[in-house]
Amino acid sequence: MARLTRPRRALSTNPLKSSAPLGAAMAYLGIEGAVPLFHGAQGCTAFAMVHMVRHFKEAIPLQTTAMNEVSTILGGPDQIEEAIANIRKRAHPRFIGIASTALTETRGEDVPGELREILARRKDFGDLKVVYASTPDFEGAIEDGWAAAVTAIVEALVPERDPARSETVARQVNVLPSANVTPAEIEEIDRLIRAFDLTPIFLPDLSTALDGHLAEDWSGRSLGGTRLDAIPAMAKSVATFAIGESMQGAARLLGQRGHMEVQVFPSLTGLRAVDSFVHALMALAGTADAPDAIKRDRARLQDAMLDAHFQTGGLRYAIAADPDLAYALSSALAGMGAEAVAVVTTSGANPIVELIPAEEAVLGDLGDLEAGARKGEASLLISHAHGRHAAQALGLPLVRAGFPINDRLGAQDICRVGYRGTRAFLFEVANAVLAHPHAVRPEDFGAAPIDPEFDHDRPQTAPH
Amino acid sequence: MSDALKQTVQEAFNEPGCATNRAKSAEARKKGCAKPLTPGAAAGGCAFDGAMITLQPIVDVAHLVHAPLACGGNSWDNRGSASSGSMLYKTGFTTDLSELDIVLGKGEKKLYAAIREIVEKHNPPAVFVYATCVTSMIGDDIAAVCKAATQAFGTPAIPVDVPGYAGSKNLGCKLAGEMMYRHVIGTIEPEHTTECDINIIGDYNLNGELWQIKPLLDRLGIRILGSLAADARYRQVAVMHRARVTMLVCSHALIGLARKMEETWGIPFFEGSFYGVSDTSEALRTMCRMLVERGAPADLIDRCEALIAEEEAKARAALAPYRPRVAGRRVLLYTGGHKSWSVVSALQELGIEVVGTSVRKATETDKARVVQIMGDETHMYENMAPKEMYATLKAAKADILMSGARSQFVALKARTPWIDVNQEKHEPYAGYMGMVDLVRAIDRSVNNPVWEDVRRPAPWDDPRPATGLRLAAQADPAPGPVNDPKDFEDC
Repeated sequence: MARLTRPRRALSTNPLKSSAPLGAAMAYLGIEGAVPLFHGAQGCTAFAMVHMVRHFKEAIPLQTTAMNEVSTILGGPDQIEEAIANIRKRAHPRFIGIASTALTETRGEDVPGELREILARRKDFGDLKVVYASTPDFEGAIEDGWAAAVTAIVEALVPERDPARSETVARQVNVLPSANVTPAEIEEIDRLIRAFDLTPIFLPDLSTALDGHLAEDWSGRSLGGTRLDAIPAMAKSVATFAIGESMQGAARLLGQRGHMEVQVFPSLTGLRAVDSFVHALMALAGTADAPDAIKRDRARLQDAMLDAHFQTGGLRYAIAADPDLAYALSSALAGMGAEAVAVVTTSGANPIVELIPAEEAVLGDLGDLEAGARKGEASLLISHAHGRHAAQALGLPLVRAGFPINDRLGAQDICRVGYRGTRAFLFEVANAVLAHPHAVRPEDFGAAPIDPEFDHDRPQTAPH
Repeated sequence: MSDALKQTVQEAFNEPGCATNRAKSAEARKKGCAKPLTPGAAAGGCAFDGAMITLQPIVDVAHLVHAPLACGGNSWDNRGSASSGSMLYKTGFTTDLSELDIVLGKGEKKLYAAIREIVEKHNPPAVFVYATCVTSMIGDDIAAVCKAATQAFGTPAIPVDVPGYAGSKNLGCKLAGEMMYRHVIGTIEPEHTTECDINIIGDYNLNGELWQIKPLLDRLGIRILGSLAADARYRQVAVMHRARVTMLVCSHALIGLARKMEETWGIPFFEGSFYGVSDTSEALRTMCRMLVERGAPADLIDRCEALIAEEEAKARAALAPYRPRVAGRRVLLYTGGHKSWSVVSALQELGIEVVGTSVRKATETDKARVVQIMGDETHMYENMAPKEMYATLKAAKADILMSGARSQFVALKARTPWIDVNQEKHEPYAGYMGMVDLVRAIDRSVNNPVWEDVRRPAPWDDPRPATGLRLAAQADPAPGPVNDPKDFEDC
């Protein structure tokens, strides 16, 4: 179990983190008709937007309060009000999610108070849901910003259900996925839940917003996501599932609002993790059986585990990812006999880090990944796309996981959860190992080269 | 089968160097050692397969399969013999005969043209031409084509007249040796020779096994002059007649070749194995003793003993940490021949219990050794059908299966660790360092947590009743990651 260490040094080399406001914006994009709004300078927004555009290969509607020198000094409520008004005019959103940035947080502004005042005064904003999350860039990473945004949405839009009146919706279940859950993974979780005749509400739901589909019209808002009327209805669900430890807080809040059971699943990758989830679904559905399709998926995963264990057994790898993702992937690989020789993560706020199966988890950067992989003699790296530099320097295969994956297509289609997703992940890792075969040489064993007199004297032109 | 081929096969069966053969009555000997195959219950490879296994590791030779697609096309690039030089042996060459070629008898012409193409394009030291069932049946005279091509192109074209239907894989290995004896060995003289030149026959340098041994020979000043066919060059086969001693590695199939070389050129041979610590030492001892008998400096023996003492101590030290991790585990061994006992003794040294060993292809001497090592015959078996093996493993009568790739999935489907110890394996296990690698592989496999996971009951097979809405505690939000999936099992 990992001990979290924070290297004492001034320099970060090749950052691993993406900032918290970006995570919040991504979460907001999973709400129907949304435009996320950064309260900060326009550069903050531009960088985050480009980052997401390159990952999702989609136009990302991300706006800014465009703080300038004067408004930074005098205060920003006017900027917020003007931004909302302009976004309303131009994109007709139904939801605006505001995320603060390091700039406005450093200045120290009472945005919730200002926002209350604005919304009370501007009756014309009445058709609009506005949510604010405090996400300074200098604290946490993408996972924390995402969780803060979801918590803010629950706080603002989910009313408390009167426990005296039983008005729950039978078989309806809330699912709060963490930042690392991809659109394809939401679909897989959705499929698992529906297989037991349960109806999930995902908050947020990137599977219809950033799944990469060609829309009929240009909207300037999110292309899909959790329906706005479904959010207050979450209070009436029979249970709330959090996928990822980082969603614990939001899930507890939602549980309180709806007086319902809460279950946190730190991971849905790996046989045991998925078994636990299926157990929970069976319990919730009141059944002792599972549909044939699920049974078959499990049997196929078992077979895949046996096929892949030849490559994963004794595999030494290094991983750099946000805490929930690092935990999910490393715990699945630990179950396959692989050893994480270096773990680098982004946020000290998530207690799951302590359960990562490694001696140490460094709160660090990709420089730490490279150094740790070299020292631990890793033969595989797992990280987001920027890990390719370390992979190249070390001559190792890289399994891309996390955000951003901007040098490959289809990041939204990566699915590593559920029985099926775990199977794909194990094959992915095993294939990465197989794709980097080491051609044995005599010198590997300390053997002298062959006597040159035996070699064919004419040049050979084999096609290899 | 042509008369010439029939004659060759008969001779191969009547091998005076083979202990099994010698033990037979005159009549039984005449019948040969090929057991008739049972239609509907045969699984092994054919004679052509055996010939390819034996010869294909010669790395700079172009191996040309004269056949319709299946023989070459379905089998090329599937073995792990390593090369330190040319990679030409990994290129799949076949004449890929069509229906018209067969009907119109164009096979020989096509073969001749194919040899020319290879010589022009790849310029190898030799082209080996493999006959197969169809091309033998339609009467293609590959010997004649090879002769003509050799004269025309100036590159030796060597006929390997071992069609699949001639018999088993094992027979194919024998005949491949015979082909080398007839057409290659003795055709080139080495530039120089030493008193410590040896031949190694029957090793294929799978994943570098030869190179696990070679440093030992390097240190003793022993040179591998001839090789059939570990990391071999064509020249190394052609000059084999000038070695002082031949070592026959774990191979009964090539004993005929070793004997013929002894008769023709006076090169004595011994059978040895580099599998396991004590076997490796024994092989080195015998090799040095025989070299000294043939004129090598007498101090070779002392240097050999010193090397053995040093390497054995090193190996035992390296094995020690694994002992507690593997001791007491029960292994079912399904290999055969020499390995029936050599692996057993190696495993027993580590405290591993061998619950059974198959004695397929093993000689009476081998079987006697098994009895000697394991105490009695109860753990010895001939063949085991997959179904029976599955039942044995499933009933947890063994913790590990060590075998060849064919039974891999029997083990896996029985959720039992499996270690590849036959020719398709992906890791080298030869010599002292190979023994450490083997034990590391056993440790890695048997202690992999995956076994526990795949044996877990599925949620729907779990005896715990589904209790409706009973999820995690309703109480206050608990701090920290209390929702470890493991905890959830208890609710």
